[in-house]
Parts: sequence; structure tokens; C-alpha cells
Amino acid sequence: MTVFLTIVVIALFGITLWQMSKILKLSQLKGADNSQVANDKDNNLHGKLMLAFVIFLYLLTIYCFVQYHTFFLPESASEHGVDYDQLMLISMVLIFIVQFITQGLLHFFAYKYRGKKENKALFFADNDKLEFIWTIIPVIVLAGLIIYGLFTWTDIMNIDEEEGDPLIVELYAYQFDWRARYSGEDNELGKANVRFIEGVNTLGVDVSDVYGKDDKITNELHLPVNRKVIFKMRSQDVLHSAYMPFFRAQMNVVPGMITEFSYTPTLTSEEMRNSEFMVEKVATINKIRKEKSKKLVAAGDEALETYTFDYYLLCNKICGTSHYNMQMKIIVESEEDYEAWLKTQPTFGEQISAQASN
Amino acid sequence: MSAIAHADDHAHDDHGHHKETFITKYIFSQDHKMISKQYLITGLIMGIIGIAMSILFRMQLAWPDHKFTIFEVLLGDKFGADGVMDPGIYLALVTIHGTIMVFFVLTAGLSGTFSNLLIPLQIGARDMASGFLNMISYWLFFLSSVIMVLSLFAEAGPASAGWTIYPPLSALPQAIGGSGMGMTLWLVSMAIFIASSLLGSLNYVVTVINLRTKGMSMTRLPLTIWAFFVTAIIGVVSFPVLLSAALLLIMDRSFGTSFFLSDIYIKGEVLHNQGGSPVLFEHLFWFLGHPEVYIVLLPALGITSEIIATNARKPIFGYRAMVASILAIAFLSTIVWGHHMFISGMNPFLGSVFTFTTLLIAIPSAVKAFNYITTLWKGNLQLNPAMLFSIGLVSTFITGGLTGIILGDSTLDINVHDTYFVVAHFHLVMGISALYGLFAGVYHWFPKMYGKMMNKNLGYVHFWVTAIGAYGVFFPMHFIGMAGLPRRYYTNSNFPYFDDLADTNVLITVFAIITAAAQLVFLYNFISSIFYGKKAVQNPWKSNTLEWTTPVEHIHGNWPGEIPSVHRWAYDYSKTREDGEYVIAGQDFVSQVIPLQEGEEEMHH
Repeated sequence: MTVFLTIVVIALFGITLWQMSKILKLSQLKGADNSQVANDKDNNLHGKLMLAFVIFLYLLTIYCFVQYHTFFLPESASEHGVDYDQLMLISMVLIFIVQFITQGLLHFFAYKYRGKKENKALFFADNDKLEFIWTIIPVIVLAGLIIYGLFTWTDIMNIDEEEGDPLIVELYAYQFDWRARYSGEDNELGKANVRFIEGVNTLGVDVSDVYGKDDKITNELHLPVNRKVIFKMRSQDVLHSAYMPFFRAQMNVVPGMITEFSYTPTLTSEEMRNSEFMVEKVATINKIRKEKSKKLVAAGDEALETYTFDYYLLCNKICGTSHYNMQMKIIVESEEDYEAWLKTQPTFGEQISAQASN
Repeated sequence: MSAIAHADDHAHDDHGHHKETFITKYIFSQDHKMISKQYLITGLIMGIIGIAMSILFRMQLAWPDHKFTIFEVLLGDKFGADGVMDPGIYLALVTIHGTIMVFFVLTAGLSGTFSNLLIPLQIGARDMASGFLNMISYWLFFLSSVIMVLSLFAEAGPASAGWTIYPPLSALPQAIGGSGMGMTLWLVSMAIFIASSLLGSLNYVVTVINLRTKGMSMTRLPLTIWAFFVTAIIGVVSFPVLLSAALLLIMDRSFGTSFFLSDIYIKGEVLHNQGGSPVLFEHLFWFLGHPEVYIVLLPALGITSEIIATNARKPIFGYRAMVASILAIAFLSTIVWGHHMFISGMNPFLGSVFTFTTLLIAIPSAVKAFNYITTLWKGNLQLNPAMLFSIGLVSTFITGGLTGIILGDSTLDINVHDTYFVVAHFHLVMGISALYGLFAGVYHWFPKMYGKMMNKNLGYVHFWVTAIGAYGVFFPMHFIGMAGLPRRYYTNSNFPYFDDLADTNVLITVFAIITAAAQLVFLYNFISSIFYGKKAVQNPWKSNTLEWTTPVEHIHGNWPGEIPSVHRWAYDYSKTREDGEYVIAGQDFVSQVIPLQEGEEEMHH
């Protein structure tokens, strides 16, 4: 593919140069019309090219959808994500309709009314009715979108700790990794501040706070399926952003304050991995990786590992040189598996006393 | 009418007495026409640097495993050792590319060039209200450009915290190398730039209000002037806020204050800072940052309004609606900044408010787009290169503007925030659109600036390659954004999930290189036309506005003899009498200086 594309680039570049030299030659001919102002011939040619251009634009759109629709994220793995996707679909359909019509008109008019010496333009300076119509239509459509969007927004951002039995988890960001802190039996996070950071206490949990004793600090994020989780986010150094695309979730992590986001995971990692979309996607990716590995092996390097899908959390706010590689694995599993995993993790209190006894 | 013959009358004017030396004419010139050329050329040079940087980081994104000698040559042994780009310098390139393109090319290069050239010429003034301030404004801009370029040579690298320079990253040299000397120079450069921009803007506002010629009422102003005027007002309102943000950041960096910093543990050390908030910086930054988008875009829209009307040989459709939408956009632009911060941790209720105002701004924008399309309808389109770029602008403005509906919706922003979807959106709606405006302006007013014509065939090549290339770069980019690919990643190959996007990244880079190469055609055309271009006639595009009543040769004071007075609006193209004949027989335009003809009805303007 790369070789092919390189050849295409070189070919296109060559053609560009060749055309340019040709045009240079043409432009140097001292013909009859050397005013450098468009004449009927230019109008005719470029009017037609305008029509060709909008066709190019339509084809590009179609090509991108056909070729790249596999890029879109799979069905949402969180509860609110379903509404999110619905709103996205409606907005997308809407803007593509508008895009299709307006681009069509713009370029078609550029073609249809391309200038000719004998033509006369229509002196048409104002029309209140028309202008009213195309002010009011966007007003109505946008009002609909605004209202729909705001309802969804309020639903997502209204985080109620009292409702149901939410799991409270702290997401802790630092250059360049993530930690999760589970609130333990009491479902209450211990107080923390970077000023308490010392030794194994890398998250700065307040040792004197009893709520902190049973907290569990992990470097993987495990979540039970179908239980609301509330993330409390804290950063140690600079701005980060916790981006969990499969859950349609993102929130900046800000030093000096605690930010929150909440969702309910609905699909386990296993379910997502076995979904039709993901099986196909992973197969494609592994095919690409295999091709790459062949080259690597031939060059004496190690082959790439085969990819299996897992949810991930990415840093999505520029945070320093290794920003591009600041990620954490997310595992959504059944309540039992989650509990079993959590049991194997040491509590903060245990970690501290282990350090003390050393 | 031979304008040159009147040159002798010039003596009665109070301009033109002093003898011009090389220095006062070409370097420390106070003449708005020369200053505009200085802005343009400085802007173009900065543009070359900015675009070259984008090619470098696009190459890195497309072929992350490949070693390029050019990296070693351009970035040096330290940042491009063995042809491998350093991840830190990647961020620096992205940062400086953004800064240069937004501020130095599209603010100063576009608005600086054309406000200076056109405001006095189109309102009928001898020069700007203060030629001296205008000169200072340019030289401050030049100084800030020099400092910005010098910052590239800082030992630990130039500023690397993104063009939005969010603290704490931008405040702490421990967090990233570029936040040392590089960031200091960045802040100094921007502070000077803001001073330059303010001096310029105040001058534009005063000139438009006070120096209009007889008969040039506000409602007879060409839309270009309306756009420049309102742009200057937004600049005066919002740039000082960026200056205050920059000053507070300087204090945090150098004097131990805590405006934006709190609770930070970095490199094994707790910092003393307490109580500040990075979110405050975001508010201050975007209070300028969002209006800045319109500071970039409105002049381009003004330029295209003028060019589309002239080349369609039709009045711009809905002049009053166009003015109203410029005003509405200007007003709304100052109350939408929060849509950059939906997920910054600010109160979600604020998010609702900003969603509301943001989607409102789509309305005047839509009106403008519809009015452009209607202006083309039943016109007699003269498809000069300037016209093609103007139509291209409307096209990219629509494409880029529509995705704004997605990003402006706080809900939908959650999952596409800071992905390539955003990059595609703003490059189309403000980057490419404003660049098209710049190109359209240069092609259209080149005869006025240099007295020569640019080669139209090279212009056509430039346009078509750029038009296809720009869509080729940014259209597929929406799709990799929808895949959840974050921006500002040095390489995407650390996530196997993104492996299938690699080919698309190659495609985008290929288009970017072709498009950048096409700009060389423009540069060649620009430079060679200055020296060898065909000599221009006085009014090559048969336009109505006042600048085309001045002689081709530049004179100090613009018009020999008296300043013409104005009798009509700027858009009497193809206006006919009741009998269907043009108002002036055989001529489809009526210059603003021509009095109402017998039996002619004036438009209500």
C-alpha cells in the first residue's frame, strides 16, 4: 500500500510539474488576450470544472463512507451512550442533507451562470421573504437540536450519588500513566492531596483518614457491568483528559480540583470482543499487523503481537512528551468476576503497614 | 480620464511635501499602502514556515517508523537524531504551526494586509487616521514575528504546550522542555503581537468612523469595510484579555504566584503553589480564542462578499442582512467561548448556556452562506482566480461550519472533543476558508498593490490543486476523528486499535504535500508578477468601489486632487433603467462616484 501510494504521489507530482511547465509556456505566449482577466473561454472551462468539483465532493463523501465506515466506534458500551449515538445520528443526517443541497446549489450556480459576453446579470439585491425563510428554518431546526441536546446533556452530567448504588472510583492521572483508586467496603474515598505523596503512597492518600484505609489502588480499571460508576478525577501535575471512547465518556483531569463523570457500562469486555463488529475489526487489524511483522522479521526485528480487543482509557489533553502513550486498560466484567478480582488487590492500609514493617 | 495628469494638483494637498528617502518610503513608511505590503510579505514568510512545519509533522504521522534525513537536517542532531523525530519536538511543531498560522498569518497577514490597504482606499481617505501608529503597529508585528522565529532556536526547544498553552504544562519547565526559554519567548512575542494588533485595530476603528468621504454613509460602505471595522472592534474587546492571561502566566512562571497552579507534584517535588485554577486560564484564553476565530474569518468573508459581487456582476444579495449577520456574529462570538471547555470540569450548567449561544451563531452564518449562493444565482460570473477562491471559501465555510453543529452541542462534544474531528472542523471552517480569503484578496487587489496583474493561468492551477488537496486532507480526517483518534499524538502506532487508520494517515499526508507544493505556484506567480507582471489598467475587474478610481501608480494621499465624493452604494452592478438598458449605457457597473442618473431609483441604502 505504501509503495503504491508513494508511486501515486510521485506520479501526481510529475503530472503537476508537467502541467505547470505547459501552462507556463502557454502563459508566455503573447496571444490576443493577455489582459489576465477571465474571458469567456476561462469562464466556460472553470464553470464546468466547478460542476466537476461538486461531483468530486459527492464522490469523496461516498468514498469516505464506504471505505471508512468501519472506523466508526461500535455500539455504545454505556447506557447514556445510546442516547448520544441517537443524537449524533440525527445531527449527522441533518448536516449531510444540508451539505448535499448547499454544495450542490453553490457549484451548480457557478457552472450554470458562468459568464458570457452577451449575458446580463439580474439586478436582484433584496428579498425580505426569502431572507426570512432562510433565517427561520435554521432557527427552528437548531432550536430542536438545542433542546434535544440539552436534555441529553443534563441527563449525562447530572451526577447523583444518592441514586441507586453507584460505585465510586478515583481516576488518578500523572505524567504519563493512570491509576484507579477503589473506595473499598465503605464506598467512600479517603481524603488525598499531593502533599501526602511519600514512598508507596504515590497517590497522596491521607494516612490519618480512616476512609482511606480500605481504598484499593490499581493500574487496571475493572468495572462491574450494569452498575453505575462515578469517577472522581484527580491529576498530580498537569492537565490530562480521561477519554473512554467506547463509553462515550470524557472529562478533563485538572490539578487542584476534582472533576466527575459517571456512566453505567452495559457491555462486558467479552461481549464487545465477540460482537460482530469487533471480530471483523480485530481480524483486519491483525491482518495488517501480520503484514508488518513479516517485514519486521525480515529485517531481524521481533514480530508484532497479535491484538485482542480490550476497552481502553486514553489521555486526550496534551500533557507532555509521552502524551501519545498514556493509556489504561478497562475491563468490564460480571459482578462476581469483579468482586473476585477486587479481593486479590491489597488495600491502602495493607500497603502502608507493609512499608512500615520493611 | 488620465489620473496621472492631475498629479500636479497634488501640491495643494497637505500631503506629499516632505521628501521621501528610501528608508521612509520602503522601511519606516507611514503610507498605508506600503504598510499593507509589508504585512502581506511578512505574513507570507511566516506562512511558509507554518506550512513547512505542518508537512514535517504530517510526515511523522504518516510514516512513524521511517527515518527521514530531512528531519535531521531541519531539526538538528538533538531533535532529529538519525532522522527520527523527537516526540517533544513533534509537540513543538504542532504548537508553533498553530500559533503562526492563527496569529501571524491569518490575523496579521490577512486582516493587517487588507484592512490597511482597503480601509483608506474604499472609504475615500488620504491615509489612516494615524500613519505613525500604523507604522508602529507593523514594526511591533515584525518584532514579534522575529521573536517567535527566534524561539525556535531555544536550547530546550520552542513552546510545546499546544497553541492554547494551557498551564500547568506551559508553566512548568519540569513538565516539558519547551516550557522553559521557548515559552518565555512565546509569551514575549505574543505580548508584543497583542500591542501591535491593538494599535492597528484602534486605528482602523477611528479611520472608519471619522475619515469617510462625503456621501459615504455607513450603509454605503462596502462589506469589506464593515467586516474590517467589526473585526477591529472584536480585536479591541478580546485581545486585552489574552494579554492579561499571558501576564498572569508570566507571573506564575517567573514570580511564584499561583493564578493557574495548585496542588502539583512533579519530578519528585511538591510545588508551593496553592489555590489557582487552570480552568481560569482556559476561560481567559478562550475569551480571546473564540472571537479570534471570527477575527480571522470575518475579513475573509468581507473580502469574498466584495469579490463575489464584482465577479458575479450582481449586487451582493441582502446587503443589510449581511451587515446584520456580521454584527450578530461579532456579538455572539464574545459569548460562546465556553464551547471549548464543555468537559474542562466547569459547571455543566454553563455548558448548557454555551451550547445555546453557540448554536445561535449558526443562524447568521447560515444566512451569510445562503446569501452568497443567491448572489451567484442568475449572475454573469467572471471566473477569475479571485472568484474561484471566493466560491471555494463558501464551500469550505459550509462544510466546516456544519460540523460545528456537532461540536457546539455539549453532549456530542463529549466523545469527539480533542479528536481529529475537531482538527478537521476548524481547519476547514477557519484555516482553509481564511486562507482562501487571503488568496482571493491577493489575486483581486494585486493590481492595486503592485500595479501589475498576476498570471491567471497559474492562479487557476493554484486554485484547483489547492481545492482538491484541501478537501483531500481534511475530509477523511473527520472519519479518523470519529474513530476516536486523539489529536496531538506523536504516533498512533502505540495502539493496535488504530492500526487500520494508518493508510488514511498516509493518504492525508500525501494530499498535504501536494497542496503545499501547489502553494509554490502561488509564490512563483506572486514574486514574478511583481517584477514581470503585465501592467494593470486602472479598473481591471470593472468594479464600483473607490480604490479603483485612484491612479495605478501609488501616490501619497491616494487621489491626485480632491477626494471623490460618493453618491451610491458599492453594488450597482448590472442595474438597469426601466427600459431594460444599463444605467450607464454599455457598461454593467456604476462606480460609487457617479451621481444618480436621470430616472434612476436609488436603492434604500
